[in-house]
Amino acid sequence: MMAKGDPLLEVTDLVKHFPIKSGVVVDREVARVRAVDGVSLTLHEGETLGLVGESGCGKSTLCRAILQLTTPTSGSVRFAGQELVGRSRRDLRSMRRQMQMIFQDPFASLNPRKRVGQIVGDPLELHGLARGAELKRRVQNLLDRVGLAAEHYNRFPHEFSGGQRQRIGIARALALRPKLIVADEPVSALDVSVQAQIINLLEDVQDEFGLSYLFVAHDLGVVRHVSDRIAVMYLGKIVENSGADELYDKPIHPYTNALLSAVPIPDPKRNAARERLVLEGDVPSPIDPPPGCHFHTRCPWATDVCTIDEPALLDHRPAHLAACHHPRNV
Amino acid sequence: MSGVILKVDDLRVSFATEDGVVQAVDGVSFELTAGEILAIVGESGCGKSVTAQTLTGLTRATNARITGSVNYRDRELNGLSDHQLCDVRGEQISMVFQDPMCALNPVYRVGDQIAEMIRAHRDVSKRKAQARAVELLRSVGIPNPDRRARHYPHEFSGGMRQRVMIAMALALEPDVLIADEPTTALDVTIQAQILQLIDRLNRERGLAVILITHDLGVVAEVADRVLVMYAGQVVEDATLDEIFYAPKHPYTWGLLGSLARLDQPRTARLVQIPGAPPSLLAPPSGCRFAPRCSHVFEECTVLPPLESRTGGMHLDRCWLDADEKAHHGGLRTRGA
Repeated sequence: MMAKGDPLLEVTDLVKHFPIKSGVVVDREVARVRAVDGVSLTLHEGETLGLVGESGCGKSTLCRAILQLTTPTSGSVRFAGQELVGRSRRDLRSMRRQMQMIFQDPFASLNPRKRVGQIVGDPLELHGLARGAELKRRVQNLLDRVGLAAEHYNRFPHEFSGGQRQRIGIARALALRPKLIVADEPVSALDVSVQAQIINLLEDVQDEFGLSYLFVAHDLGVVRHVSDRIAVMYLGKIVENSGADELYDKPIHPYTNALLSAVPIPDPKRNAARERLVLEGDVPSPIDPPPGCHFHTRCPWATDVCTIDEPALLDHRPAHLAACHHPRNV
Repeated sequence: MSGVILKVDDLRVSFATEDGVVQAVDGVSFELTAGEILAIVGESGCGKSVTAQTLTGLTRATNARITGSVNYRDRELNGLSDHQLCDVRGEQISMVFQDPMCALNPVYRVGDQIAEMIRAHRDVSKRKAQARAVELLRSVGIPNPDRRARHYPHEFSGGMRQRVMIAMALALEPDVLIADEPTTALDVTIQAQILQLIDRLNRERGLAVILITHDLGVVAEVADRVLVMYAGQVVEDATLDEIFYAPKHPYTWGLLGSLARLDQPRTARLVQIPGAPPSLLAPPSGCRFAPRCSHVFEECTVLPPLESRTGGMHLDRCWLDADEKAHHGGLRTRGA
């Protein structure tokens, strides 16, 4: 799908390394975890960018680094034309109104001692947007919008099921009428029948509020369903970035290929009929990633050049980037 | 039938709590044939794990009440003491859990843990048991098993730990392996490896597997028969193809429809099942799925649904008439 509007978020060469220190008196850096290692991506207004990858590939750290919830080591994040990296907390505060986050665990991301009304209303109050009766009215409207009842206003989070709690998290994120919502595995903790409810809700409010999503998940079926574009991450780097349908129909990078073929298809005949590429081994440690292409240790097509030379993220087809020496489907 | 090795009949498990009695498993019956992979699917809280644990006598909370029968090769297991179960657990029926880090002892080397299990059941020397452990690790696809047997659980990745668990479960060559969400904590590429392993063990050793999962994709990949559970009850029991291509119960239709799938064009909206599973403290009278069912009519809310069998083995519990069941269902019902 083509871009829907102007770039809302532009991430360039974003790096986040976590130092590993040792030493009794003086801390010495002995190694670093390269959680995010030079990521560039663009998100347009009204668009959904899906981010997939296995656990430990740096998806969540990337989200946090984009929202400046953790200070990036280097690189640039431009949101609506303004640079975020290096800004003070006070400066960032007014920007944060436009960027909100939905978290994975609906049990851990809501304060158990606060009532729903407070949880959803606090952002409005903190940013001085509403108070008193007006605040209550707006919160109740939001609750209604996400499919909760107005009488839930005075309840506590423990009185709700997982799906309902995720609705509360969505209401909280919507309260400030943001432009960008970063959703970090918003449906992974939910049962399938409830997952569909939440995905449908996220799609509805996207149109209604004109939102852009950065949607992180490890479930490729879900990501494909919601995304316009998809970026695939492996060991801190983007290895492929393309339109959603094209990524599934004609993946270029062998890792994307392997990910797609690893997903079991809930249709026994199709499942048996297709060719599978089952990867051997595990993801290497981001402390000491393999030289050259990070994926060469598990790649069935790897050659000598892959062990030495790191492939650049190049356009192999229009608007279809991949970082591979031996691209497939081109 | 001759090939049936495990027969569960009207199994009921309830827990007395401060708030009342939770009927976690409510009249579950099924049969497991030798060499078969039976999948039990359902959402969290539907009683699939409690069912699995009860089979091997692992539901041992003091407030639990278990009735019904678990019959393994003409031997009744329900009601046996831990001591009496000793020659069944591990020997004949063994179990693999969701989180392999919690199931392995962190302060013992994995080789020793497997060897200890062998020596608890067999009269063999330490050295022999160790050698057997290494051989088992090799058979589940762990590279350098000699060296890896001397490692501690934390030195293994999630997928490798699950392989260690499976190796341990296979140590005494059981007939039945119960795998409770064995791949839920793993990434898809690792999940594919573990499913391949389970499939291989099933084919090569004729190991019967009860696979507990919530993922219909996993079911489609390895299962022969499928049991769909909802709110403590079996709502449908059929072969793999019947469940996917001719399902009879509206809950199964909903489950199949609500998946965001890779192999189909992106539809505008997912079919959603409204609401959430009921509390098992006070389950709805009549059919338990009725409050969420879009085909509900009067009988459903009053009378418990009739068990009906069609074509011999395909069982479902729903009041809809056969024509209507045949009309809906299957992988065609999308995009409503």
